[in-house]
Parts: sequence; structure tokens; C-alpha cells
Amino acid sequence: MPEQRALHEPFHHPARQRQADRLGMILFLASEAMLFGGLFAAAMALRLLYPADYVAASGHLKLWLGTANTAILLTSSLMAAVAVETARGGRPRLSGYALVAAILLGLLFLGIKGYEYGSEYREGLIPGLHGAHFEGRVQHLFMNFYFVSTGLHALHVIGGIALLTIAAFSRAARQDRTVLLIGNAALYWHLVDIIWVFLYPTLYLPDVS
Amino acid sequence: MSHGFFLWPVQASHHAKEVDLLIGGFGVMVWLLTLPVFILIAVFVFRYRTGRDANRDHASGSNVWLEVSWSIIPFLLTLGFFVWATALYFDLRRPPAGAMTINLVARQWMWKYQHGEGAREINDLHVPVNRPVKLVMISQDVIHSVFVPALRIKQDVLPGRYTTMWFTADRLGIYPLRCAEFCGTDHSVMGGRLIVMAPQDYAGWLARNRDGGESETLAAAGARLFRSVGCSGCHGAASTVHAPPLDGLYGGPVGLSDGRALIADDQYLHDSIMLPNKDVAAGYRPIMPTYANVLASEQVNALVAYLKDIGAGKPGTRQEDGNE
Amino acid sequence: MSDAALDMGKPAEEVEDISYLRAGHSLRSWFLTTDHKRIAILYLVSIVFFFLIGGAAAAMIRLDLLTPAGDLMTNEGYNRAFSLHGIIMVWFFLIPSIPNTIGNFIIPLMIGARDLAFPRLNLLSWYIYIVAGFIALAVVLGGGVDTGWTFYTPLSTMYANGMVAATVIAVFISGFSTILTGINFIVTIHKLRAPGMTWSRLPLFIWSHYAVSIIFVLATPVLAITLLLVAAERLFGIGVFDPALGGDPLLFQHLFWFYSHPAVYIMVLPAMGVISELITSAAHKRIFGYWFVAIASIAIAVIGFLVWGHHMFVSGQSLYASAVFSFLSVAVAVPSAIKVYNWTATLYKGDIMIDAPLLFALGFIGLFVAGGLTGLMLAMLAIDVHVHDTYFVVAHFHYIMVGGTVTAFFGALHYWWPKITGRLYNETLARIAAIVILVGFNVTFFPQFMLGYEGMPRRYHVYPPEFQLLQVISSAGAALLAVGYAMPAFYLLWSLKKGPRAPANPWGATGLEWTTSSPPPKHNFTQQPVVVRGPYDYPLEHPASRANA
Ligand code: HEA
Ligand code: HEA
Ligand code: HEC
Ligand code: CUA
Ligand SMILES: [Cu+2]
Repeated sequence: MPEQRALHEPFHHPARQRQADRLGMILFLASEAMLFGGLFAAAMALRLLYPADYVAASGHLKLWLGTANTAILLTSSLMAAVAVETARGGRPRLSGYALVAAILLGLLFLGIKGYEYGSEYREGLIPGLHGAHFEGRVQHLFMNFYFVSTGLHALHVIGGIALLTIAAFSRAARQDRTVLLIGNAALYWHLVDIIWVFLYPTLYLPDVS
Repeated sequence: MSHGFFLWPVQASHHAKEVDLLIGGFGVMVWLLTLPVFILIAVFVFRYRTGRDANRDHASGSNVWLEVSWSIIPFLLTLGFFVWATALYFDLRRPPAGAMTINLVARQWMWKYQHGEGAREINDLHVPVNRPVKLVMISQDVIHSVFVPALRIKQDVLPGRYTTMWFTADRLGIYPLRCAEFCGTDHSVMGGRLIVMAPQDYAGWLARNRDGGESETLAAAGARLFRSVGCSGCHGAASTVHAPPLDGLYGGPVGLSDGRALIADDQYLHDSIMLPNKDVAAGYRPIMPTYANVLASEQVNALVAYLKDIGAGKPGTRQEDGNE
Repeated sequence: MSDAALDMGKPAEEVEDISYLRAGHSLRSWFLTTDHKRIAILYLVSIVFFFLIGGAAAAMIRLDLLTPAGDLMTNEGYNRAFSLHGIIMVWFFLIPSIPNTIGNFIIPLMIGARDLAFPRLNLLSWYIYIVAGFIALAVVLGGGVDTGWTFYTPLSTMYANGMVAATVIAVFISGFSTILTGINFIVTIHKLRAPGMTWSRLPLFIWSHYAVSIIFVLATPVLAITLLLVAAERLFGIGVFDPALGGDPLLFQHLFWFYSHPAVYIMVLPAMGVISELITSAAHKRIFGYWFVAIASIAIAVIGFLVWGHHMFVSGQSLYASAVFSFLSVAVAVPSAIKVYNWTATLYKGDIMIDAPLLFALGFIGLFVAGGLTGLMLAMLAIDVHVHDTYFVVAHFHYIMVGGTVTAFFGALHYWWPKITGRLYNETLARIAAIVILVGFNVTFFPQFMLGYEGMPRRYHVYPPEFQLLQVISSAGAALLAVGYAMPAFYLLWSLKKGPRAPANPWGATGLEWTTSSPPPKHNFTQQPVVVRGPYDYPLEHPASRANA
């Protein structure tokens, strides 16, 4: 989006315009955070209601897949931060590599998530599909919540990857030392990461003691 | 029930009178706070309208003390009503110890009642006058809400969870009972009557309406169920399964396997039957099957009544079996 | 408009730039415009359209309630009528009404900006709104939905047989339009104020829209996720509310009201901003207690996030939670009280022009106070137990939303009409309309307070015969109200063709929007305005200069 760098209508100064774009992004992220805030409230309610069953149900998730994914997403986020710093330092090539790394890690995350869904399908843990069977009603409830929340998060990962890809393929964005586009894409990616950092203990860790 | 136009709904309980007094008092405060505003607006608009000669000098732009006083005074006044209203509400949630219990099961679009003495009825509810009555309510489908305008009370009826409501009707008569929470197609005709009777009439009515003519109380029906659906197989004295004894359970504290403790109330008994894994008693394995798809709400109510019966009078006196 | 007003306005000299209305006549120039003023017009037209649909549903409701047996519709039909009425009126009319029409038009003008910060986003949010609106219309035509506007589970997820999923998705989509508008407003107010337009010189209309935008951005996503969960449960059976699986029957209500209580302030805060402008302009006087009124808007937005549980006093939520929510509801009323008293004080020693905008503003104050104080009654626990889910509540919220916000919307439309269209309307007819609306409104909704206290539940298609008299009075009032609402449609449209041309500042008001020509040029200001005075700096404040004026 090279025209982003041009001054557009209501603005008189490029600096103002950049601040405005950044503020807009931050507000958007605040609203995204509230979106998932609602989900976390629901998880808390479930857990308060059924402390024992909730923990038992979480034990059926693949802890090591979740943990690996956490590490992957954190690294990916780091790569995005590196991309911002290198672009700011005037090293567009390096920034491009960091972005590609972040994207690949994001795809890896999705791959693992898909594999995890697959194994859950084989174990009959996907609600609504035939062959699904649960140990109790609360496990069913928990798995419903698990699929809604991780599914919504996966959609955000896809959105984030798309944003990072646009940034990676735009030479102008990488050469822009004010890192407008790359900076905003990275901000979004950090948010996606942070949400996962909260989802992980909510879904996977209750059973770990 | 009169069918004419009326200005004030009948009061059939002491609580109703108190609520009317409360809202009357609030009404007075409302006039106190707003009449000056309306009068001043009218006066200002008249006096300072364009073209009219009036002294317009030295109109100030703000005044902190004025601001503070018109924030604080209404707030404090309202706070008084808040305390009053909250006290009344707390009373509403605390039934007196000796209240007679009637179970209510709501479903689209009817009310079903089970009296402790065994009588059942649909939509109409008979109660004795001047005696505290506690309704223990649950829904089989969506959320409903019992509303008796003459008593100024209402309470939502939820699926999967008991809610309670109590009242002491002090005026003989027949009062409408309505569903206040939107519950689907026939919400507006999900009604009934609250029939407040003299004690001896109520006793007579009960006697005539015992379940199928048998003189079986709700608890007795529960005792029968306790054997027929298999509870006694595990919880009975002769059972070989390691399951907790249930005598004296009701009303006392229960230790749970995850270290928490709670009081065994109606809701706990209900959940133990319907969601046995929710709270597992300490020292036992979670082997009790769920009865969620087996028992109807009325049957659960009967079982709970039975468990309360064998627990009543000696709450928390249960002896844990020693072989743990 | 009185002649005095005309004298005080600056003559509309320099017609340098071409007006925004003439900059292009093709459809394309409207549907692909990024001019905030044109987008505001697009919104205005669509919102009026949805108001008519919601109003038609209201008309059917009122007709049906003429008889206790409800002879006009079936049970199912009635349930669909009020559900659609509520859903359309709340999400497709009232929430976007003032912010997206008047706000969209006036905010950049008021702060001296050439447009909103993200003009294309602004257009996008209109398209999103329209897509959502079309889905909602498809639901209306395709059979409707019967859950009420509150979508309580498990009724909505498991039992209702209307088009719940489609409706929920329509509301979900419209939420994005709202969020984008909120972001746009906040960024604009932060980054595009003209030189000299400090925070203490912001008109109160801007302050209230700033507060509203905060709610837009932070509350709407919670509704979005809640509706998404309902849709997932309804469509795919993956539910977290399902009581059959042990889901919490109250969880949905908490999530829904966490959004919907702040949403009621979304509906009233812009109206309050309008009233501050109307009152000062009519009185030609500075607002009394500027900072108190400004901060009150923010306080309402913030405290408004903490009171949602007052919709759940009889739901079975904990005793202590109810007490806390009741207390906080008393607290949230204080900033509203501050506003009402300050508006009154503003009139003191004013130079008051009794034109239609003032009549609408005074109508707002009266009806808002009545609605607000009955809201306070609802916040009293023992009272709410009796009147919850009765017509008392229906009357409460119509007093605020219709008596308050819709009246303010009409006031705003009259006040800024000359600016928006460049034409003057017939003042006499406008005053008559204001009075007809005020009377019609009270006849419609006051009886509903009595109905509610006497025990008439809401959402009742068939009702006990003893309530018929009051219901008939209410329906008669609604007919009068419809006449009142129809009147402006005629004389305002007429003014477009035949009305005299409006000067730049017909009211003699302060505010940057009045320094542009009417209608404003395409880019609002030919020169970047520089602000040197506070808002509402009327000649009255300078007694010396008034003598010569
Ligand atoms: C624009 C919309 C709007 C606004 C602004 C409000 C404002 C308020 N509302 Fe209202 N309300 C609704 C729309 C609105 N409401 C809707 C739609 C519902 C029903 C939803 C449904 O179930 O479908 C509802 C329902 C509702 C309930 C639940 C009723 C029930 O279902 O049982 C309650 C309970 O507390 C309540 C309280 C309040 C309070 C305390 C305010 C306060 O903010 C009011 C503050 C204003 C004043 C107090 C007036 C001005 C003050 C003075 C003149 C000075 C005197 C001041 C004091 C004494 C402090 N509202
Ligand atoms: C937010 C805005 C809003 C607005 C503006 C209105 C406006 C009106 N409402 Fe609305 N109302 C709600 C929001 C609103 N309402 C909500 C949220 C509910 C709760 C829904 C629920 O329970 O889920 C509700 C519920 C509700 C009920 C209760 C239904 C019930 O519980 O059973 C009633 C009953 O009288 C009612 C009446 C009216 C009337 C008479 C108007 C009048 O002000 C309308 C006047 C306008 C017109 C009449 C339009 C003019 C139209 C024309 C000129 C065209 C007419 C065309 C034909 C007749 C074909 N409303
Ligand atoms: C298969 C054996 C079995 C059957 C059948 C059974 N229970 Fe249980 N029940 C248990 C066990 C084991 C526990 C303790 C573990 C727990 O709390 O889940 C228990 C716990 C309870 C508790 C909680 C007691 C406490 O001390 O906290 C109640 C109440 C109860 N059962 C009632 C019933 C009723 C009523 C029925 C019949 C409808 C029934 N049970 C059928 C095995 C059984
Ligand atoms: Cu049951 Cu409404
Ligand atoms: Cu509210």
C-alpha cells in the first residue's frame, strides 16, 4: 500500500497522519482485546461453575502441542519485532527476511493447530461431528468452548499472516523508516500472540499441577 | 379480580404495602428534585426570551459549590432509598425457617406445582393465608418468571438451577399469577391464579387433591423412587458400593474431593443427582452415574424432598463411614 | 426563524468553494464519496428508512394491543413484530442515528478539520451498515425472529423457531460499522483539531461524541463475541450456554448486558451533546459549568460499564451483586443530574430565542428527566422486583430513547438543517410539530407506567381485559405521535425545493461550523481556521460589546 505514505485527504502533515494511523490501529486492537475478553469471561464462568470437571476436560488436550505452539508464536512475534527494528534502522532486506520468518512460523502454528484438530477428530472430541463422545456433559461444554475460542483465534492468525504478507511483499513498506505499515502489522501480530498467551493457560494448563 | 379500570393494584401481603410505600416515597422525592427544574426552565424561558427587557448582567459561567450541591444532595437522598429498597430486597431473599415448601416446575407454557403433602396442580396455586410459603422453582426448558402483582414479587425460573421465592399472603382471595420472562410463542397466556385460602379450607383442598387419591407425600414418593431408580443400590445401608450415606446430609457441610467445602442445600442435592461429577464428595470416587436423561424435574424434586426428609431435624449429623 | 437571529448571522459572503452538494451529481459521486458530509446524508436517508420500518412494526404492535385478545396478529406474529421493532430501532436506527448523521456531518466542521481522519473507512462503515441492514430486512421478509431484542438463551439457541442466526449475524456485522465509526471519531478528535482548538475549547457535542466513541470501541466487541457464541450454538450446536450440558443460564445475560447497558448510553450521550449546543445557541449564552458537563459525559461512559447487573435483579444472580449494581446505578445517575441542572442554569439570564430547536431541547429535558428518574426507580431493588419485565420498563426506556434521543435527533435535524441543506424550513410548522410530538408522546407512554405498576407484563400479545382502557389510550397517543413525526417529513422536504436560502449562520450561533457557508464547501474550510476563543463565546458574555450589537 504505497499510497499510504502519501499525504491523504484531511491531513496537512505526514507526521500527524502517521500518528493518526497508529492511534487508529491501537484503538482497533483495544476492541479486539475486548472481543476476546468476552471469551475469557465465559471461560472463567465455566471454571468457577465446574472446577473439577473443567480441569479434567482440559487434561484431554495435547499439552505438548499447545506448548510448542506457544513457543512458535512467541518466536514469530519476536521476528515481527525484529522486522520493525531493522526496517527502522534502514535495512529493508533483513526486515524482509524477518517478516518471512514470522510468516512461516505463523503457518507452522496453523499446521500444528490443524494436526491437533485432526487428532481430536480421531478421538471423537469434536462436538457435532459423528463419532463424538464425551466423558461428561461438562467435557462436551469445554470442547465447545475450546473450538470456538481456538477457531476464532486461528482466524485472527490467518488475518495476521495476510497482513504480514502484504508488508513483506511491499518494498515501499520495508524501506519506510517510519515503519508505518510494518509497525502496524507487527502490532496486530503481537496482539494475536498475546491472546494466545492467555488462551494457552486457560485451555491447556488447568490440568497441570 | 375486578375487570374494571383501576388505579392501584391490590395489596395481598405486608411486603406489597411496603413496596407501595417505598415507591410513593420515591415519587415524592422525584417531584422535589424535578419540579424546581421544570418551574425554573419555564420562568427563565419566559423572563429572558429575546426582545424582552430583563437584567442580563453578571450571569456567571460556573459555580463549583452549586455544582457540588446539586450532585451530592440528590445522590444522598437517593442513597436513603437505596438502603430502604435493598433491605426490603434482602428480606425477600431470606425465607423464614418455618416456611412451607412448594415445588414449582415451569415449562413452555405451564406451571406445575408439587405440594409437600403430595398434592399436585397445574397453573393454579393454592396456599394458606398468613403462612410463609417458599417456592423452590426450576424450569424444564427456557427461562420463565413467576410474577404475582398483588404480592409485588417476581422471580425468574431457570433451567438446571433452583431459584426460590417466598411470601406470606395476608388477604384471602384469588390473584393473577403471570409469566414475566419472554419464553416463546405462548408467553402471554402462560398464566395462572394464586388462590389464598383459609387454613382449614387449604387443609380440605389438600386432602381432596392428594396424588391420585393415594395419601402419599412428596417425600414418600421420593422414597419410593429412591428404591425404584436404583439409588438405594449404592447408597442403601446394605450396599457394597462405596457411596456416602445420605441420612443427615441435608443442611450440613460437605467436604469435597478437591478440598472445597459447601453446605448441602437443595441445589447441591439437585446437582449431585443431575451432574454428579460437579462436586465430588471427599473420600469417594466419581462413579455415580448422571440421572440427567433419566429423571424428570418433578421426580428430582421428589428425591430431593426425600433426602431433605431424612436429613431434616438433624442437619449435618451424618456419620461418615469409617472405612476410608 | 426569528429576524433577530438573521441579523446576528454573518452575511454569507465569500462563496469561494463549490458547495459539497454540487460537487458532482452522478450516483457514483454519492456512493463512492469519501466526503464525510455526503456520507452523513447517505446515513440520514438509510436511518430514516429503518425508522419507518421500525415504526411500522410499532404501529402494528399498538393496533394489535387495542383488544385484549390481540385480534390483529397471531401470538407468533406479535412476538416477531416486537422483536423486529426492538432490533431495528436499537441497532439500525437509534445507535447510528445522531453519531452517524449529525456527528458525521458536524464533527469535522466543529473542530476545523477537512474531513474525518479515515474518510475511506467512513464510507466502508456505511457499506457495512447497509449490508447488515439488508440482512435484517431479509429476516423481516423471510419470516422474522421471535426472541425479543435481548436474545436470551436458551430460548434463542434451542427453542425459538425464527431466523435467529441470520438476525444475530446482521447485528454482528453492524457492530463492525459501529466500531469503525468509533475509531474514526476518536482519532479525528485527537489528531485533527484546528490550531488553537484546545481540549478546553471543544464544543460539548464533541465531548459527548468522544465519550460515545469510547463505548463504541470497547463495548461493541463484547456484543460481537456474545452473538458469535449464540450463532455457533444455533448453527453448529457448539454451545457454551446450553443448560442441557450444564452451561450457565445467566452467562449470556451477563455478557449481553455488559454491552447493552453501555449501549443505552451510546443512545443518549450524543443526544446530550446536541442539547448542550441547542440550549447555548438558543440562550445565546455560554454553557453553565462547561467542565462539569464535559466530564459528566466521560463519567457516564466509564461508570456505565459497571452497572449491567441492574437488568438481572430477579434473574437469580447473587444478592450482594444485586446490591452493588443497584448502588452503582444510583452513582451513574449523578452525572446525568449534573447535566440537567447545568442546562437549566444556562438559561438563566440568557437571551432566549424560542424556536423549534429550543422546543425540542426542552422536550428532551422533560422527557429525559422522567425517563431517567423512573430508571432510578428501577434501580431500587425492591421496586424492580415488582416492575421488572412489565410495561413500567417499556415506558422507562421509551421515555429516554424516544422522548429523549429521538426528540433530540429531531432538534438536531432542525438546528443544523440550514447548514446541511442550505435551506430554511417553515418555523411555525416546526414549532407545531414539536408540540404535537411532545403531547403525543406523553399520551402514548405515560399510561404504560400505570399499566406496568398494575402488573401488565411486557411482550404480551393477549392481556387481561382490565388493562384495555389504558392500552387504548396508549394506542391513540401513538397515532398522534405518528402524525407529529410525519410533519417534519413534509415541511423539511418541502424546504429543499421551496425554502428560502439559508445564510451561513441563521441562529447567530458560535462554533466553527457556522463560519462556513451553508451548505459548506466540499473541503469545509477554504483556509485552515485558527481558534482563539472558547466555545459559546456569545456577545452576552461581553456586556460592553452587546450595547453596540
Ligand atoms: C437511552 C437509553 C437509556 C438510558 C439513558 C437509561 C438510563 C438509565 N436506566 Fe435504563 N433502560 C433502557 C434504556 C436506558 N436507560 C432500556 C432499553 C431498558 C430495558 C432493556 C430491556 O429489558 O429490554 C432499561 C432498563 C433499565 C433497568 C432494568 C429494568 C428491568 O428490566 O427490570 C434499570 C434498573 O436499574 C434501568 C436504570 C436506569 C438508570 C438508573 C438510568 C440512568 O442513567 C438515568 C439517569 C438520569 C436521571 C436520574 C435523570 C436526570 C436527573 C435529575 C433530574 C436529577 C435528580 C437526580 C437524582 C435523584 C440522582 N434501566
Ligand atoms: C430504540 C428506539 C425505539 C423507538 C424509536 C421506539 C418507538 C416506539 N415504540 Fe418501541 N421498543 C423499543 C425501542 C424503540 N421503540 C425496544 C428496544 C422495545 C423492546 C422490544 C423487546 O421487547 O424485545 C420496544 C417495545 C415496544 C413496545 C412493547 C411491546 C411489548 O413488550 O409487547 C411497545 C408497545 O407499545 C412499543 C411502542 C412504540 C411506539 C408506539 C413507538 C413510537 O415512538 C413510534 C412512532 C413512530 C412511528 C409510528 C413511525 C411513523 C411511521 C409511519 C408514518 C409509517 C407507518 C407505516 C405503516 C403503518 C405501514 N415499543
Ligand atoms: C453407582 C452407584 C450410585 C448410584 C446408583 C447412586 N449414587 Fe449417589 N453417589 C455415589 C457415590 C460413589 C457418591 C460420592 C461421590 C460423589 O459425590 O459423586 C454419591 C454421592 C451422592 C450424593 C452427594 C452425597 C454427599 O455426601 O455429598 C447424593 C445427594 C447422592 N449421591 C444421591 C443419589 C441419588 C438420589 C441417587 C438415585 C437417583 C443416587 N445417588 C444414585 C454412588 C451412587
Ligand atoms: Cu413462561 Cu413467559
Ligand atoms: Cu441498564
